[in-house]
Amino acid sequence: MSDLGLPASAEALRRIREDPHRLGHRAHGPQEPIQGAGHGVTGPAQKRIIVAYGFWIFLLSDIVMFACFFAAFAVQRGATAGGPGPQDVVEVPRVALQTAALLLSSYTCGLSFAATNARNKLWTQVFLLATGLLGLAFVAMEVQEFVSLASCGITPQRSGFLTAFFGLVGLHGLHVTVGGLWLLTMMAQLQVKGFRREIMHRLLCFNLFWHALDIVWIGIFTIVYLMGTVP
Amino acid sequence: MFGKLSWSAIPVSEPIPLITSIVLILVIVGVLGLVTVKGWWPYLWREWITSVDHKRIGIMYCLLGVVMLIRGFADAVMMRTQQAAAIGDAHGYLPPEHYNQIFSAHGTIMIFFAAMPLVIGFMNFVTPLQLGVRDVAFPTLNSVSFWLTASGALLVNISLFIGEFARTGWLPYPPLSQTTYSPGVGVDYYLWAIQISGVGTLMTGINFVTTVLKMRCPGMSYLRMPMFCWTTLAASLLIVAVFPILTATLAMLSLDRYFGWHYFTNTAGGNPMMFMNLIWAWGHPEVYILVLPAFGIFSEVFSTFSGKPLFGYRSMVAATLFICIVAMMTWLHHFFTMGSGPAVNTAFGISTSIIAVGTGVKIYNWIFTMYGGRVRFSVPMLWSLGFIFTFVIGGMTGVLLAVPPADFLVHNSMFLVAHFHNVIIGGVVFGLFAGLDYWFPKAFGFRLHEGWGKAAFWFTFFGFWITFMPLYILGLQGMTRRLQHINIEEWRPMLLLSVLGVAVIAAGVVCQVVMLVVSILKRDQLRDVTGDPWDGRSLEWATPSPAPFFNFAVMPNVEGEEAYWGIKLRAIDTQQLSPEPKYEPIEMPVRSPVGFYTAFFATVTGFALVWHIWWLAGLGLAAAFAGFVVFAWRDVHEYHVPVEEVARVDRARRAAREAVLARLAQQATPS
Repeated sequence: MSDLGLPASAEALRRIREDPHRLGHRAHGPQEPIQGAGHGVTGPAQKRIIVAYGFWIFLLSDIVMFACFFAAFAVQRGATAGGPGPQDVVEVPRVALQTAALLLSSYTCGLSFAATNARNKLWTQVFLLATGLLGLAFVAMEVQEFVSLASCGITPQRSGFLTAFFGLVGLHGLHVTVGGLWLLTMMAQLQVKGFRREIMHRLLCFNLFWHALDIVWIGIFTIVYLMGTVP
Repeated sequence: MFGKLSWSAIPVSEPIPLITSIVLILVIVGVLGLVTVKGWWPYLWREWITSVDHKRIGIMYCLLGVVMLIRGFADAVMMRTQQAAAIGDAHGYLPPEHYNQIFSAHGTIMIFFAAMPLVIGFMNFVTPLQLGVRDVAFPTLNSVSFWLTASGALLVNISLFIGEFARTGWLPYPPLSQTTYSPGVGVDYYLWAIQISGVGTLMTGINFVTTVLKMRCPGMSYLRMPMFCWTTLAASLLIVAVFPILTATLAMLSLDRYFGWHYFTNTAGGNPMMFMNLIWAWGHPEVYILVLPAFGIFSEVFSTFSGKPLFGYRSMVAATLFICIVAMMTWLHHFFTMGSGPAVNTAFGISTSIIAVGTGVKIYNWIFTMYGGRVRFSVPMLWSLGFIFTFVIGGMTGVLLAVPPADFLVHNSMFLVAHFHNVIIGGVVFGLFAGLDYWFPKAFGFRLHEGWGKAAFWFTFFGFWITFMPLYILGLQGMTRRLQHINIEEWRPMLLLSVLGVAVIAAGVVCQVVMLVVSILKRDQLRDVTGDPWDGRSLEWATPSPAPFFNFAVMPNVEGEEAYWGIKLRAIDTQQLSPEPKYEPIEMPVRSPVGFYTAFFATVTGFALVWHIWWLAGLGLAAAFAGFVVFAWRDVHEYHVPVEEVARVDRARRAAREAVLARLAQQATPS
């Protein structure tokens, strides 16, 4: 069987089989109920599943909020009121650097969770710190972008398009900033309290949050910046 | 130092808000003084304010909702009487700028701070009990949700005394709501009150989606859940899907107002139509967030008081989820006249008509639930029957409005006003009153007085029809909504008839208050000793009344639909309860002041933002972050209820049930 598939997919299949809950991977139809997964017949789910599940729902709601700002951007993209248009505000080299910093921070965030799973406090802290510094670099570049635009008179008060641009990009920047505050709190907590159950849950949620911000950024990068270079 | 705030913000020259505020302040000071003199603060703080018990939070939500319902009703009385008193040469007693604040406050308060807290209160109180679990997924977050909602309600009521409220209607349409046309603080009060309570509602939605999907007692599969749990799930899913839209839209309007951005301005590329689309993409699902849990209450009531399982349970589930999805596809019918073109209007007209099919399925199911049943006309059942008559008429005028050409004729008229009151009062409010009567014994241990309850129903029912039928006629005759002064003499009789209806409803309100007082005085006669006063069918009736804080001594094991009915029948059949279980200590979440703390600083920050007191807003946010860190540092999250306590409570419950069994056996064997 296994020699028919690619090694990577065989590995993935093995992991799914070994995951006691196999969340999202269970076949349909009658089968053995899984203890603690909250599938109805076995009673309430474990705390870890409840926390992560609730946080997923929160992330979905957050993405709905971003969707509104994306929609506003799509509606107002042409509403430049005779002022600067998309090509005038996009500076690709800086955005490339920003994207690199944020994607790399997602990678270090994932590494931190691998270290968390191995209960290695030092490496968890190192990778969390790296994540925070990369996030800080991202926000710093964004602030610099906004300041340099403002110095050319390109502000949200100028036109509907600029309002939608600053609103969407700024909302993401605000999320990264708040995520950074959360990250600092988590690092302090981990240092003081170690790998307690609730700390593990929070680190899991933080990881989900940080990756979700990455996904939103990919949307912004594509729709605002890359498509902005095309007239 | 204090931004735009100065002594001129207090309306000393306007007697009505001034006197109302002074009376309100005196009442609040009186209540606080009484609590202080009696030394109730420690009890209130320990058992209510910092409570994370879903039942306590549910009761506090309902209390908030009822108080705000009365406030909103007072606004309604002023609107009806002003219109009846301002015809022709007369100008009534409310100047236009005050009248505009009243209709804006009426809508805002009724939807956000009366209907929503009551609906969420029932979701809180009932859902975990029906699912057979001990609490919601996130108990502390639940407390935060409640206090944030209360914070929003407080801000709206502060606007009565300090400054002004919005004059823009319950949804602040731009460009009217922009600083150019609304330079005062009214719209800002609206924005921050709704933002703060909206965050609370969103967290409730997240909490209840997780609770219903991940926290059910053993054996409680989806298709064994009581109907109310399904409607809680559907409403919570809608909350998660659409409340972020509300947050985003109001944030955009705030950016326009505070920093001169151009989301919704009518200059420099702003787009006011975008506001209409966004706000109604939230606003239409919102009415289903309100009415679906009410439908859930009716389902429980019809089934219980007909002594039959709910007819067509699975079609009811399907109809609920159908409404949940289609609710998000009909928003444009709120502005057919704003130039979307015939193709778009037709599409939304059809989707609006289609959503009535789901409701139709439900109406037939309720009627067939009664068919062949042994119907008891208790108070909850009266509200439910009144609902069917009222809601069907409201639904049919809604289908009429869903036809775009017809909508062009009656759009924004009193016909529309009559229609949505017809569905919201007939659907949501009747449902909430049915639920209050139905679950009151579970919350407090005694039933509400039946005679006063029935009187309240009949007054409210007929009062409703006398108030709103004339408005349908006035709407068809061309009277538009929100008129402060009426030029046409011929409308006088209908307007006076409508005021008469309000008086009849007011008699209903008085009956409700008397019912409450009489019930409290006669609580010993009305005591519910069995925990199952209505011969119920779902798990909340398996607990004693009032339910203990841990709900179930031993988590129930559900073996079929209508979980408690099955247990009860087996006990009656075998003439004995199931054997006493082995009791174990129970883990319960510890109480937490974080909700109260958050709401305190949310109120301060909101007030500071309304009045542009920037340092105070910054201080509030910093305090909120500090609170977050302190809460995160908490080490003890749960405590254990000792096994003796669990056994003591449950043995008392079993003794009460055994007494009922013995009585039943006595009746069955004639002496």
